[in-house]
Parts: sequence; C-alpha cells; structure tokens
Amino acid sequence: MITAERKPLAEIIDSIDGCRRIVLAGCNECVTVCAAGGRKEVAMLASALQMDFMKRGKTLEIHEMTLERQCDPEYVEQLAPFIDQVDAVVSMACGCGVQEVVRRFKSKRVYPAVNTKFMGASERPGVWAERCHGCGNCLLGLTGGICPIARCSKRLMNGPCGGSSKGHCEISNDVDCVWQLIWDRMKELGIEARYEDVIMAKDWSTERGGGPRKIVREDLQ
Amino acid sequence: MENFEPVIVAFCCHYCAYTAADMAGSMRLSYPANVKIVRVPCSGKVDSIHMMKALEKGADGVLVAGCLEGDCHFKSGNTKAAKRVTFVKKLLEEVGIESQRLAMVTMSAGMGTRFAQIAGEFTQAIRKLGPNPVCAGRGTCATAKVA
Repeated sequence: MITAERKPLAEIIDSIDGCRRIVLAGCNECVTVCAAGGRKEVAMLASALQMDFMKRGKTLEIHEMTLERQCDPEYVEQLAPFIDQVDAVVSMACGCGVQEVVRRFKSKRVYPAVNTKFMGASERPGVWAERCHGCGNCLLGLTGGICPIARCSKRLMNGPCGGSSKGHCEISNDVDCVWQLIWDRMKELGIEARYEDVIMAKDWSTERGGGPRKIVREDLQ
Repeated sequence: MENFEPVIVAFCCHYCAYTAADMAGSMRLSYPANVKIVRVPCSGKVDSIHMMKALEKGADGVLVAGCLEGDCHFKSGNTKAAKRVTFVKKLLEEVGIESQRLAMVTMSAGMGTRFAQIAGEFTQAIRKLGPNPVCAGRGTCATAKVA
C-alpha cells in the first residue's frame, strides 16, 4: 500500500485559515489501511479543525466525504455536487488522490492533509515499513524475494557493506541489514550458491531517471 | 468563573467502573453530579472519535474508566483504551486544548470509594482549568445543572 501520515495540524489550519466551508475528502484505499486518511481519520481531523476554529470564535463548515478511491476519476466525480459550495478541498488521500482532485476541479483550491511516505507493508498493528521503491525493473527474483533497493540504506545491488553488524544496518539498530536477510533466506531455500552471482549495475532509467513514468494499455482504452 | 460547573463525560466500562459507580451509590458515597456516565461494554470500545466529539460538543472534561491493568474482561481493552487516550491527548495539545481535560483511570468493580474520589478530584481539576475553550469561543457553553 501507499503509506501516509497526517500533517501537523498547524500546517493544515494555516492552509485553510481563510476558508468558511471545505470538503474534507478521505480515501477508502491505502490511506485507510495505514490509518492516515480513511473515514475515521477524516472524522478525527474534522473534529480537531472544528475545535480549533470554535476556540478562536470562527466557524468552519466541513463536509466529510471518503471516496472509494481518490486516484480514480469516476470516484473523484462524486465531489462534483459539493464543489461549488466550498472554498477548498482538503484531501487526506496520497499525493495521487490530491492531484486527481486538482485535475478534475481546476478552479478549486486543493490542500493535502497528509504527507505521502512510501510503498510499504504492515509489519504488525501500528507499524508500516518500506518494501518497494517502484524502481520499474523488479529484481526480487534474484534476491530471494527481499528488495535491496527499498530496504538497503545504500541500495546496494551486491551486499552487504562493511556497515552490517549482527544483522543490523549501521544507520540504526532498528534497521535490519537487508543483505543479511537475503543471505538467511537464500540459505533457507538452499540456493546460497546464487549469492555468488554478481548483479550487474542497474538501469535506473526505469526508475525516476527516465522522467515521470506512465503505463499505457491500449487494449483497455 | 466562580460559579463554573464543568460537564464531565465519563465513559465507564460495564464490568468495572460502571459497577464501581453503582457501588458508590449503594455505599451512599456522594460524588459530583457534574459527572455524566456513559456505560460502555469495555473501555476498549471507546474510540478516539468519541473522546473528541465529547469535547467538541462542549464537555469540559472526559474520563475513560476501565478495569485495572491485567483485569480487562476482554483481555486488553483497557490497555488499548489507554493508548488511544494518549493519542487523543497529543492531538488536543495540537489543537491548543489542555490535555488534562482527558484522562484514563482504572478501577475494579468493588472500588466504589475510588470512583467517588476520582470523580471528585477530576471535577475539581477541571473546575480549576475553567470552561472548555471550544465552547468559550463559541459562546454557548454546556453548563452543568448542579443543585
């Protein structure tokens, strides 16, 4: 999932301070799962904003809406009946959702309420960790299914480096050395001989090196 | 301010704090009528939004009262509630509302005296803090009708 964290309240308030009416739009997908911008978080933020405005003797009308997916135009369309009645949209979706709202409603101010973080997985309740970098050329098949791009601090293609100590990365004891994990996994699978194979320098043009990326499927157009 | 009577919403677990409040009554112990009890099946059932909404709608203080540590009828509802209270307290600080307006307390079903004592102390603490700044700004405070 795409993970996110709510922005500091002061930053959100600062962006909408001149507004009287807003739509607070959450998303039912990734940000719901990582508890950053789903229906519940929309309700919490709406309540916090209400309290802040009331405390200062101001009023703010908040229309709470949580769309099925804010990164899909058909769901963003659901904002249309309300858009003319509000001064701004505050989106609790990831950056993709925010930009879809911007693309559809060109004359409306749209503010993000979360900081989009990374593509990650839920390690345990309340903990999400980075798993994929979206490099555009997956090499999990070579590394025992564990990604050195997303999970090695140096993105080493052939590790570990000298900073690996007792299974941890030198940057922090809280960070596993991914090359230790890869080695352990290969050993468990009985394919440790593959560890000797040198992975060639990566072509980063499939990542951001090639500019903004796009997938086009003509059969679906 | 001298005549300020706070409204306290107390979310009380059916298995402990609610029974403790009942026991306080049976024991003829008096506690401030400011405390309005909402019975819940477990303190773990009290969501962050319930605490926020109580304060947003004008309560001056909110208590979440659960079982003693390790004694939750549903194993861990009280520890979950305590974590949520900590989370909401941080959010309240961000909003600029005193986090002391929200508190997690624990007791057993037999602690009628403790319930009455907590109710009294918390009401006094909120009385010192003054009205909820939210309703002060709005100009429509929900004042308790205390005889």
